[in-house]
Amino acid sequence: MTSVAPALQLTGLRKRFGVVEIIRGVDLAIPSGERHAMIGPNGAGKSTLFHVISGHYRPSDGSIRLRGEEIGGMAPQLINRRGLSRSFQVTNIFPRLSVWENVRCATLWAMGYKYSFWRSVEKLADARQKTEEILTEINLLDRWRVPAGVLTYAEQRSLEIGLAIAGNADILLLDEPTAGMSHAETERAVALIRKVSEKRTLLMIEHDMGVVFGLADRISVLVYGEIIASDTPERIKANAAVQQAYLGTEVA
Amino acid sequence: MSDAANRPAIDLPSGRSKGFVAAYGIWIAAIIALLVLPHIFSSGLALTTMSLMGMMIIFALSYNMLLGQTGLLSFGHAVFFGLGGFLTAHMMNAAEDGGGSLPLVVFPLVGGVTGLVSGIVLGAISTRRAGTAFAMISLGIGELVSSSALILRHFFGGEEGVSTNRTNLTHVFGISFGPQIQVYYLIAAWCFVSAVAMYALTRTPFGRICNAVRDNPERARFIGYDTYSVRFIAFSLAGLFAGVAGGLAAINFEIMNSAQMGATQSGSVILMAFIGGIGGFAGPIIGAILVTYLQVMLSDITEAWQLYFGLLFIGMVMFAPSGIAGLLARQLPLWQGRQLHKVIPFYVLALLPGLVAVVGLSMVVEMTYQLTVHAPDGPAMTFFHVPFDADTVIPWIIAIVLLITGTWLFLRAARMVGHSYGEAVLAARARRAAS
Repeated sequence: MTSVAPALQLTGLRKRFGVVEIIRGVDLAIPSGERHAMIGPNGAGKSTLFHVISGHYRPSDGSIRLRGEEIGGMAPQLINRRGLSRSFQVTNIFPRLSVWENVRCATLWAMGYKYSFWRSVEKLADARQKTEEILTEINLLDRWRVPAGVLTYAEQRSLEIGLAIAGNADILLLDEPTAGMSHAETERAVALIRKVSEKRTLLMIEHDMGVVFGLADRISVLVYGEIIASDTPERIKANAAVQQAYLGTEVA
Repeated sequence: MSDAANRPAIDLPSGRSKGFVAAYGIWIAAIIALLVLPHIFSSGLALTTMSLMGMMIIFALSYNMLLGQTGLLSFGHAVFFGLGGFLTAHMMNAAEDGGGSLPLVVFPLVGGVTGLVSGIVLGAISTRRAGTAFAMISLGIGELVSSSALILRHFFGGEEGVSTNRTNLTHVFGISFGPQIQVYYLIAAWCFVSAVAMYALTRTPFGRICNAVRDNPERARFIGYDTYSVRFIAFSLAGLFAGVAGGLAAINFEIMNSAQMGATQSGSVILMAFIGGIGGFAGPIIGAILVTYLQVMLSDITEAWQLYFGLLFIGMVMFAPSGIAGLLARQLPLWQGRQLHKVIPFYVLALLPGLVAVVGLSMVVEMTYQLTVHAPDGPAMTFFHVPFDADTVIPWIIAIVLLITGTWLFLRAARMVGHSYGEAVLAARARRAAS
């Protein structure tokens, strides 16, 4: 037992839409620095859980603690400013802004520029440097001028991750970062995720079992809004309940 | 950075200032144009028209801070123009009664502060929502304020409005602001300062975040921004500049009435922004100049001028949604690749039948006017100096033939324009890649 609060702790978390309960009492603690994967069949509530954690939906019940601090029910921007950042399952970028502007906008709040309307954005050397670093990291530096809306799908997925890491967040939620990618693209994406999660805590939804078992320190299996197992990849593979609920059909 | 050496040579934004001419050339050209124009177009009509254009440039630019920059479609922007104008008129009158006063040149600031304060008050309510809800709230507020002008007669002066006199304030350097040319320069100076300020605003962290909120408000929240605050600040600042324009209107017309802040005025600024183009900074400037010119000139020629405006607006939204500025911007790559001469013949080819169709259409409109609105005057009329009777068959046949054949040929030519444009773009790209 350690006295340090987990990076992210969910306790008795529930989310109802009317009478339908999608998240049905989730308990999960992710220690700082862990790469944690969330798997589960379609409709299990994985994306809903991400929406609740990141502030897109209000939790119906239970608590969400970020490094010990309760964030349940806070607006997304307040949660983001506390150091939790996320990507989306369906690409969610600023399509008419250039790749450069996309990333730079994502750096601005954390750099303290907030709503500043009295200084030139072009003269902010630190934002420029950070933007260049992020673009180098996500391999889009040579595409900086292009409107984000015309990037290829895989490039947009990289930009999506770039937006999530640009603001100094140390807890990263990635929602199916490799969905829809070719084999080669997936490999590049995994390398990128490995790199960007080195100094961060990662919680990732993923369907590609190769990606999950190659990347995660620990895996949670969400079925019908409940976590039925949360363990190391080896033990998850061996878990009979998990195999029955999920893996049996997916991993041959 | 460690791998700076083996990084491919990419021409990144440097943050260093561009050359003096590149950075300031266009603004210096604007100053020269503003100074020289009244000497080229020195008639009384030209001066009043250009004064009007100056105000409308500020107004349209302020509107585009909402629509083009932040993605907020407001139907009530004239509220800030009107309130700014009314308060400026009242302050001018109060200053006149009080004897010694500030010089006239600073009074547009009264309008600006009024616009800012009312933007803060009304924005606190309306910017809680975006999209359709925001548009509806802005429409409601616009109606509310302009109808209260007829109730709060003491402040808004009822139907007659509030009159003022710009020449009775303290004269500085002996400038009385009696002659229109002096008012023109006052407006030109404020127009320039406001345009520079609004342009600078687009290049701040806040300006870029406005664009981000326009593109994808949901995502903006997940990079740390409160979209309500962004919309609220943009709305308040847009109110400030609309108020400056209104203050200039009070000075220019020496009268403010409720029509200045009604739905027609709000619609007019949408027209300017859209026809000019909301995608870039120059669009609303072009739109304000063109629409003001047409308003002054067309209303002189025909009573149906608003109908033509409606048609122009529909045509632009349908065929050139990026506005005149957008059309011009699309020619830039052709010009750079030296391919423009290949498409211009096709543009002319499309323009000619287009004009024929417009002539046919306006003939129909004017004859209808003659037979309905001007029925007591009889059917005799002239069109382009040609006299004829509107109740005979031949002119109608001519008009309809012109309209139909013109439209048909135009649509055919438009397809050829699209085709040749595409080819020219490819050729321009190939040429640039080769060099």
